[in-house]
Amino acid sequence: MSETVIAHTFAAPNAFTQAELGWEAWLEPLPVEELTERHWAGLVDKGRANSPYFRLLVRDPDILGARTRTDNDIFYNEKGGLPRAQRELTAATASRTNGCIYCASVHSRFATHHSKRFDDVQRLLDEGTAAPQDDPQWRAVIDASVALTETPGEFDAANVQQLRDAGLDDLSIVDTIYASSFFNWANRLMLSLGEPTPPKE
Amino acid sequence: MATDVIDQLVGIAPGDALDSLRNQRPNARENAQASFDALLHSNDLENVSQLERTAIAYWTLALSQSSATRFYRDLLVAEDEATLVALEAALPGATTSGPYGDYPDGPLSVENVEGLDWQPSAALADAVGARLAAALAHTHLLVYRPRDSSAEAIQALLDAGWSTTGIVTLSQLVAFLSFQLRVVAGLTVLKGNL
Repeated sequence: MSETVIAHTFAAPNAFTQAELGWEAWLEPLPVEELTERHWAGLVDKGRANSPYFRLLVRDPDILGARTRTDNDIFYNEKGGLPRAQRELTAATASRTNGCIYCASVHSRFATHHSKRFDDVQRLLDEGTAAPQDDPQWRAVIDASVALTETPGEFDAANVQQLRDAGLDDLSIVDTIYASSFFNWANRLMLSLGEPTPPKE
Repeated sequence: MATDVIDQLVGIAPGDALDSLRNQRPNARENAQASFDALLHSNDLENVSQLERTAIAYWTLALSQSSATRFYRDLLVAEDEATLVALEAALPGATTSGPYGDYPDGPLSVENVEGLDWQPSAALADAVGARLAAALAHTHLLVYRPRDSSAEAIQALLDAGWSTTGIVTLSQLVAFLSFQLRVVAGLTVLKGNL
């Protein structure tokens, strides 16, 4: 069987934004009527059957299920550790560094929602990860996420010290490592399997 | 105790400080391992063979210059030494640093960063076959310049015989390992600074 990618006619967004973007795949998502019990298990949350991204990933249901459970614990387990806003900040930073406009839009919006600091988040999007941030915790978390995202990796003892000096405990540092690393997973899926659509009017 | 690859690669033993810290995110711990198992110990090899999975894993770690490369090198040696020899010969010409690549034309074009657009040599393609060679090129793209991803890159995989499901698995493999190798790098640094 010779297969062909799905051609898109829209112009994908060409700037980082906190606005809500859509996303469309270059490969055919599994049609809802073809989802078996194993596919539903891989989706974890049934609502995700509405998303073309998750219905494409569900073609390999076991890894999707494990991916989603990893994601949920890293970002939503609030028993101690890094505050939610800073977890989203690591995600926005990795996405800004790798160049995932879609991922950056979602997680910059979440960072703003949890921190109420739209302007600080927007500066990260507009001017980049090196843009000034007055909050030492934000500075340390952004620097750690960039260092973990670089290839080869640049994360070192100085990053750990910077996170500690900013008042973060060991569990928060583990969260920073997990969340930054996770977006190096998420960015590569989002970027490689499709592209964002323009913001809704 | 069941194997935990991240623990093994970092050197975390039961009762260590990092063991307790990892236990505070128990689902992340369990499912990072479940992800490894789903990709590298899958029972469903119809779309991506075991050799392809192992070769792509080694290539991802080696290009990323991860301290965990040896673990995946050993897996590939056990699977097929000839493929490892071919990949190791190609590695010096493929290794660079990242991320780099281009943005869609517009205000971010000033941030475009030039870099290597690596394609397998004829010798490498002969040694590993056109299908795996196409996956190695795609792995290089995802490791170093994910923002250069395109419909054309996906089409190249389809043309080389990859199925839609196979491309999903290939993408998950490179993307998951990009996570795992960073967790290992980060926790290794933290371990030395507790």
